[in-house]
Amino acid sequence: MKTKLNILLTFFAVLCAFSCKNNQDSETKEPSVAVSNTTEAKQGQAFIKDDESKPNVLQIAIGSKDHTTLVAAVQAAELENALVNAGPLMVFAPTNEAFAALPEGTVENLLKPENKAKLALILKHHVTPGNYSKEFLKKFKHLGQASNENVSVEVKGDDVFIGGAKIIASIPAGNGIVHVVDTVILPGN
Amino acid sequence: MKQILKVSVGFLITALVFTSCNNDKSSKSNSALSSSAAEKVYVAPGEYDEFYAFISGGFSGQLSVYGLPSGRLFKVIPVFSQDAEKAWGYNEETKPMLNTSHGFIPWDDSHHPDISQTNGVVDGRYVYINANNTPRIAKIDLTTFETTEIIEIPNSAGNHSSSFVTENTEYVVAGTRFSIPIPQRDMSIKDYKGNFKGALSFLKINPDNGEMAIKFQLLMPGFNYDLSHPGRGKSHGWFFFTTYNTEEANSLLEVNASQNDKDFIAAINWKKIEEYVNNGGGTKVPSKYAHNLYSDETHTATSTMMDEVLTVNPLDVPGAVYLLPTPKSPHGCDVDPTGEYIVGNGKLSANLTVHSFTKMLDAIKNNKIDGEAYGIPILKFEDVLAGSVVQPGLGPLHTEFDGKGNAYTTFFISSEVVKWKLGTWEVIDRKPTYYSVGHLMIPGGNSGQPFGKYVLAMNKITKDRYLPTGPEVTQSAQLYDITGDKMELLLDFPTIGEPHYAAGCPADLIRANSKKLYELGKNKHPYAAKEDADTKVTRKGNEVHIQMTMIRSHFSPDNIEGIKVGDKVYFHVTNLEQDYDVPHGIAMIGANTSELLIMPGQTETFVWEPKEVGVWPFYCTDFCSALHQEMQGYVRVSPASSNIELSWSLGEDF
Repeated sequence: MKTKLNILLTFFAVLCAFSCKNNQDSETKEPSVAVSNTTEAKQGQAFIKDDESKPNVLQIAIGSKDHTTLVAAVQAAELENALVNAGPLMVFAPTNEAFAALPEGTVENLLKPENKAKLALILKHHVTPGNYSKEFLKKFKHLGQASNENVSVEVKGDDVFIGGAKIIASIPAGNGIVHVVDTVILPGN
Repeated sequence: MKQILKVSVGFLITALVFTSCNNDKSSKSNSALSSSAAEKVYVAPGEYDEFYAFISGGFSGQLSVYGLPSGRLFKVIPVFSQDAEKAWGYNEETKPMLNTSHGFIPWDDSHHPDISQTNGVVDGRYVYINANNTPRIAKIDLTTFETTEIIEIPNSAGNHSSSFVTENTEYVVAGTRFSIPIPQRDMSIKDYKGNFKGALSFLKINPDNGEMAIKFQLLMPGFNYDLSHPGRGKSHGWFFFTTYNTEEANSLLEVNASQNDKDFIAAINWKKIEEYVNNGGGTKVPSKYAHNLYSDETHTATSTMMDEVLTVNPLDVPGAVYLLPTPKSPHGCDVDPTGEYIVGNGKLSANLTVHSFTKMLDAIKNNKIDGEAYGIPILKFEDVLAGSVVQPGLGPLHTEFDGKGNAYTTFFISSEVVKWKLGTWEVIDRKPTYYSVGHLMIPGGNSGQPFGKYVLAMNKITKDRYLPTGPEVTQSAQLYDITGDKMELLLDFPTIGEPHYAAGCPADLIRANSKKLYELGKNKHPYAAKEDADTKVTRKGNEVHIQMTMIRSHFSPDNIEGIKVGDKVYFHVTNLEQDYDVPHGIAMIGANTSELLIMPGQTETFVWEPKEVGVWPFYCTDFCSALHQEMQGYVRVSPASSNIELSWSLGEDF
């Protein structure tokens, strides 16, 4: 691990030196003030360095190898900061398999920049303001989602289905809870 | 874990390569950017801010005074909580201010300051602010910047939908958050539904001195009443309250109060009820509450216990109360400067709901009633709806206005301020806040005439925004320039307690009226010593009263003998200075009560009960003068059995 890190860091240092030089060049050519927005886009609670707090719902998703599609979608929709909020937030996190089960091309299509709003709505449909265990969810008939639509809550034996998606695992988070689900929950419209 | 590390190292490298390598360049461009923001908030030494901002302290119980655009803190005005610095609630004169029907309550949760208005424009005379926990409303006089009145609100609990003023400061309103049994009685919590009531109190304001008196309490159904705002312009005479928990749940509200798709905004025609009451309507019910007044002449507060209040059943005043369905637990209830639009910020809804006053009147006129709640007519949602702002952000909380046809709404969950247009409901701009913003404030932004230059966003969470100070970090306010189409973040600055809400106004409204001192000649404190000849020490049993003066740079008297162990010694100290900004302090070793900070012309009192014989010093705690360190004195304490006579002196050895 350590050597790997060293290699990476060396690589990084080289890159940095290289690009810094580049910069100086461009600066002499271009004395006018150019304002970069790249730093601004990545500000917010999602980007705070904090290894003492319990991981939040976003960090849990990022840390899971089964949720790379979800994480990519959250990043494409720029919803990172909403997911690290004080909440409390209950996220129903479809697995990669769940996304793969959608008709072919659906995910690719949603990830396109022009579909950002649509993607955001679908993702918000997986978020409830609240923090309830699977057991406690059995008390509900429906949940009001951040998409402004309701999803049904159904109990079949020991299983709990949210908008038709089965909860297959639950991970408590610093700002809520992640329930892993086996299906993508699509909003009505 | 390994995965996280990889991802974050990867991210770090990408971020650094793309951003920090051009450190030179970007720091230059950033400074160019920030210098323009810096210029906008820079108030040169000796110059003044354009606006006052009165920012509540939330759980600190106080009210802070800031300047905008600089974000400089000028004063923390003690209101509901004791303040050792100013002896508020510690000295004998101000203890009665914190008296309630429950006894002495030296703390609270201060929420919504509002500035008095004349003809719909903030007039800079008074700030009213509510205590949430033990329901109270305070008045702060903006000539002295002191709390001069606190009135307790009976039959109320969680005094949250308060303390908003009507457009001519006819009334200050105090609405309950919790519904409770009225009158209070021993009953099962499970019998809440249908039995508890929510009291909305209308406090009549004396136009001459701003004093409050409870005119009537409207006893509404047992919902939770969250926030409120008065109508203005065409809707003047009405008051609007958001409700939640119209389910009337008494447990686990986070689930049970979110079952209804819609709660209500209650529209109340207070002019109609006022008329009813003036004609002898309403029922007097026994209710204990304290009314505390501070006098600038006696420099002393009095607390009067009141014993009844006039209640009104909404069903007895037909046509005075209507319910407007509003989606999902609305929080903020905000009326635009024209009085036409009533914005419900449904905190669990993704949309903002805007009702039309004109459509509401029309629906009432045409009797378009869609059911009732406990006999109160419900209007049909579609009949009163002006429009919705669709998916503007997550967790809408509160809206204010710039007077140019735009509204600004905070979103708690998505941490942003969103600017949108009244009438077209389109989103014009959005800017992030850092982080989890609650209320926002535009000076005059909840009145008929906003001064739409800045918006101040008040954040609940700051995390990494400042140098860390352990687990507890400051909350913050952020200032945005709103003169352009797009908002521009100018400044963030730390605040006291929780900056829950604020009120602002042009500094010119207040500055010229700010008092420089209290006139000694008008001091009517019963123990004032207005010149050295008045100073004396008198004994009544074991009670000793010292009437003392202070001036640069001595106390008179400064040597006192004849005090005994077991005595209760009152230091009544008058500041003889008649010069701006020359307060003096006094602190006595071993005093269990208070030190004092006394303004020119003022008299204050602390109590000292000496427990040991000896010679005990006191001194001035405010660095008042070049000879401040000389400003001191001694009290000789003798055994309880001693026969030493009281004596006092100043400079006798010379």
